[in-house]
Amino acid sequence: MRLRSAIYLASAAAAFAALSLAGALPSGAADKVDPVADAKAFKKFFTDKFPKVKLEDFVNGPYSMNEDLYRQWQEKEQFPPYEFSLEMGKEMFSKPFKNGKTYADCFPNGGIGIRQNYPIFDDKEGKVITLELALNRCREANGEQPYSYVKDEMAALTAYMAFTSRGKPMDIKIPDDPRALAAYENGKEYFYTRRGQLNFSCATCHVQSPGERIRAEILAPALGIVNAMPIYRSEWSGMGTTSRRFVTCNSQIRGVPLSPQDDEYRNVEYYLSYVSNGLPISGPGARP
Amino acid sequence: MRTAIPKSALVLALLAAAALPAFAAGAEDDYKAAYAAAEAANKEAAKLRNQWTTTASTLAAAKKAAEAGEFDKATASAKEAEALAKASIFQATSEKTRWRDMEIR
Repeated sequence: MRLRSAIYLASAAAAFAALSLAGALPSGAADKVDPVADAKAFKKFFTDKFPKVKLEDFVNGPYSMNEDLYRQWQEKEQFPPYEFSLEMGKEMFSKPFKNGKTYADCFPNGGIGIRQNYPIFDDKEGKVITLELALNRCREANGEQPYSYVKDEMAALTAYMAFTSRGKPMDIKIPDDPRALAAYENGKEYFYTRRGQLNFSCATCHVQSPGERIRAEILAPALGIVNAMPIYRSEWSGMGTTSRRFVTCNSQIRGVPLSPQDDEYRNVEYYLSYVSNGLPISGPGARP
Repeated sequence: MRTAIPKSALVLALLAAAALPAFAAGAEDDYKAAYAAAEAANKEAAKLRNQWTTTASTLAAAKKAAEAGEFDKATASAKEAEALAKASIFQATSEKTRWRDMEIR
């Protein structure tokens, strides 16, 4: 009898200990950083939501969501509005700096056909390096002043580099380095975090509502959204970089934007690019 | 015919005249306190990387009203700015965990 009580007591204690231990653990596998699973779920979400849209067409943003817009865009592509910027970028890319070197000296493969690999994770610095940041660092390393991150020259240079990568699948690597995984996870957190007085996150528009109208605009899906950068936007009457897109998104929801290339923006670009791996580069793009 | 002003009315008028600057100073002090509180809350929001543009514009409106000597209006704007800044702090703090609710899994 006494033995049976002792067994009951021991079993109860063991069960209680097991429960306490489970409670003390972080929320387990759900909180584990798993970029591969994230990217798979991300693509599934959009392809399930838009079963008629081919995976590679998501890079065409609002045009992939609306047939009329798609036709207008195909006509627009005959004389694309980003062409002047592309020409300017091509010229700038090959023009030597004062020291005689060029951008080609700063990048693998002379900077041609490499856009799909950016952003990269720099293990020496322990941070994400975007193409825009790498271009300005190249300028500074060669004694030149950095360009504004949001438009004009930076947009022209990235337009040219994107053009040389057109059709190549996005190929972002996340090394097995806790800092790279943290950067990815922070980017994901930024993407889903509501901010600004309107209480919007990036996902509010680009996950919950792609294809819907916000005023006169049709919202683009988040999948492949960075593959088309930089873009000519009719609303801006000019070209804009990825930095410009992040800054203006923040302002539009009444949030004070961060500085271009602050860690948060670099990380969110890393996240968005990674989950779009496999989709073709389509930049430079044109948007309403 | 001269109308005699009652002595008590004269005393009251003099007292009111003397008190006016004190009232004005009180309103200015209220504004300064409200503005400082709003600014402090907005700095806290900046530390959380989540300031709102409307907080900045409401703070600017408060400053403009104060410069025009409209301290009641300035105080009301400063209090509104503080409320906005506190809302942005609440948002940033609650989103530290809530963002996962929206995540695609």
